[in-house]
Amino acid sequence: MIRLLWRDITLAFRSGGGFGLGLGFFLILVTLVPFGVGPEGDMLSAIAPGILWVGALLACLLSLDRIFALDFEDGSLDLLTTAPIPLEGVVAVKALAHWITTGLPLVIAAPALGFLLHLESTAYRWMIVTLLIGTPALSFIGSFGAALTVGLKRGGLLMSLLVLPLYIPTLIFGAEVVRRGAGGFLVGTPLAMQAGITLGAVALLPFASAAAIRVALR
Amino acid sequence: MSLISVKDLTVSRGGMPVLEGLEFSVSSGEVLVLRGPNGSGKTTLLRTLAGLQPPYAGVVSVDPDTVAYAAHADGVKATLSVAENLAFWAGVYGGQEIAEALLHFNLDALRDRPAGNLSAGQKRRLGLARLMVTGRPVWVLDEPTVSLDAASVALFASAVKAHVAAGGAAVIATHIDLGFEERVFDVGPYKARMDVVRDDFDEAFL
Repeated sequence: MIRLLWRDITLAFRSGGGFGLGLGFFLILVTLVPFGVGPEGDMLSAIAPGILWVGALLACLLSLDRIFALDFEDGSLDLLTTAPIPLEGVVAVKALAHWITTGLPLVIAAPALGFLLHLESTAYRWMIVTLLIGTPALSFIGSFGAALTVGLKRGGLLMSLLVLPLYIPTLIFGAEVVRRGAGGFLVGTPLAMQAGITLGAVALLPFASAAAIRVALR
Repeated sequence: MSLISVKDLTVSRGGMPVLEGLEFSVSSGEVLVLRGPNGSGKTTLLRTLAGLQPPYAGVVSVDPDTVAYAAHADGVKATLSVAENLAFWAGVYGGQEIAEALLHFNLDALRDRPAGNLSAGQKRRLGLARLMVTGRPVWVLDEPTVSLDAASVALFASAVKAHVAAGGAAVIATHIDLGFEERVFDVGPYKARMDVVRDDFDEAFL
């Protein structure tokens, strides 16, 4: 499984891989927002948590369909299914690799971009914490969507429609934590809810994804 | 000892049975060659044997941990080098040495080349070299000789020979004569009859 993780990460960094796609999108979106809504610091700092979270979510969505589609097209998925690794493990490892190459760079870039949006200084800590806790859920929920649509040509639209509603709780709680953190309020409850969603997704969805892939390969 | 045995097997594609009443078994040291025209269901049968799809009816007795499957697509990543591709599969299957497989399929000189720059035949040789590093006794191969030249076909045939001599077995769907002792199994007579009404319409949705 470590092999598979390394392979996926290596592939993402090689030419044509997905690394940088999500990060670049996130960067562009966040730098464009001040041009769109105007440079007033008060307004920007009010919308910053929401913009950063929506940006992270869309950036994640952008690279989701690559998780399984590429392996499906070149036949690797057939071979991985017959390999000694359980398919649930394959799915979990691929979701983890997606998080490392997409989610983690967003977490690292978020503070710098928060600066562009006049994010309250008290909120930086919570921005990083919520992204760190929330983005794994985005990758694991997304891998389920990708698994459901793996056999379809151009399944990206359907996948977005399936996945986006499932992303909403993570988005709500994530942005809420940052907003409360910026105002100096208690953040325990939404943070616990978000952590619960992530743990649930990580624990349960690999089984659902593996079942979806088995059906797609028949 | 029989590694694969099949009893009264019906295999289906897209919910429609394509072959029915299949009966055969493959023991260690044997090669079974499947023959039949295009579209006769050889691939479907092989996918069923490899455990990628459940049988429509009947029994396949095979330990899924003994099967190494090779399909039309080689599962080769274009941006990884030949050695990296092979080392990945070797690692997945428990860390066999790749040097012997590279040497056997004449890929040693290409080992650091990105697989995306290989020709179709070279890519296929890499896909077949993967079988040697799996260390699994049953090879289930779907048209392994496509896009191979005569010399490479001979390399492949000798790999299969060495494999069965070491106690392995192989089920191969192919149209060409590989030039070794084999048992030929023609799937033609087992074509599923279309005029039978089957009362299990929801099969395709499960």
